[in-house]
Amino acid sequence: MVNIIWLIMLICGIITAAVKGNIEQVTESALKAAELGIEVAIQLMGVMSLWMGIMHIAEKAGLIQALAKISGPLVRKLFPSLRTDSPAFGPIIMNLCANILGLGNAATPFGLKAMQELQKENPHPDTASPAMITFLALNTSCLTLIPASIIAVRMKAGSENPTEIIGTTIFATGCAMVAAVIFDYLFRKRNKL
Amino acid sequence: MMIISEIARWAIPFILFTVPLYGFLRRVPVYETFVEGAENGFKTAVKIIPFLIGMLVSVRVFVDSGALDIAADFLSPVFERMGWNSDLLSIIPLAIMRPLSGSGSLGVATQIIDQYGPDSFLGRLASTLQGSTDTTFFVLAVYFGSVGIKKCRYAIKVGLLADITGLIASIWIVSQVFS
Repeated sequence: MVNIIWLIMLICGIITAAVKGNIEQVTESALKAAELGIEVAIQLMGVMSLWMGIMHIAEKAGLIQALAKISGPLVRKLFPSLRTDSPAFGPIIMNLCANILGLGNAATPFGLKAMQELQKENPHPDTASPAMITFLALNTSCLTLIPASIIAVRMKAGSENPTEIIGTTIFATGCAMVAAVIFDYLFRKRNKL
Repeated sequence: MMIISEIARWAIPFILFTVPLYGFLRRVPVYETFVEGAENGFKTAVKIIPFLIGMLVSVRVFVDSGALDIAADFLSPVFERMGWNSDLLSIIPLAIMRPLSGSGSLGVATQIIDQYGPDSFLGRLASTLQGSTDTTFFVLAVYFGSVGIKKCRYAIKVGLLADITGLIASIWIVSQVFS
């Protein structure tokens, strides 16, 4: 599926540019995107190192394990393939909390730490495990209590009540999150995982 | 609202205060341990580069060439037949952009908000849609890339179905609340 989407976007883009007589755009965009990839990675490098360092202390001090233990039956129910004492639960909880609080910078490192833990329990290292997909689904649709960037845009545009969309956003994300959990469950069932 | 933003403001300093202090009390060599972990962060960031570049190149070519707008034009009659009015059709480019690119969709949302006004139906809808899901393709590339997962199985389907649900829910709630 990813292969197809990736190819379609690329091919359609090139054909469109060619038809429009604007083929130079393809060269420019492709090269710029490649540079952007490095830029994003470098930006991530700093925050990643910071949070991975802090996480490592928390791990050695036993905090992550403690967090995993109190993570509650709900989160554990979402990941039936994981052992109940799996070390992945700690960073998963941290990631979801950071997402909900809108701390995007901190959420990604916690998420990647969780992926590393999940990878340790993955029998096929090049293929996504069911638990990874569940985690990804939760992440792409995760609830954010305060969508800060869009509130800033609304303020700048002179909105009378920039924060009035918080309620509707929470509702919409909630629906998306529930849908993600349900669809994930259905696909898992269909693939007998 | 106030409480939440206060929590968000204090969360990171709180973690930076508590974790090293607790570690120290548990006799963890805090500085050494931090450095050990930070090294891992550096490696992870390098590891995601190929995945990130692969995804960004395809998305950028698709968006910059104008193929996205053509896709939106192509989809318009489909949605029109489903009973969407012309107002709603203006949201289609944002809906397609949302899972592909975070900065791109913020740009489109800003444009809609500036053009129609932040307190118009479309302005509110664009705001809600922008805040309601994360950038599926970006998260997929970064998260799976960081551990070298190449076969994503049904992950993208689940992500996109959730995005579509978010779109429908946004339209429904905004027309319910603000009309």
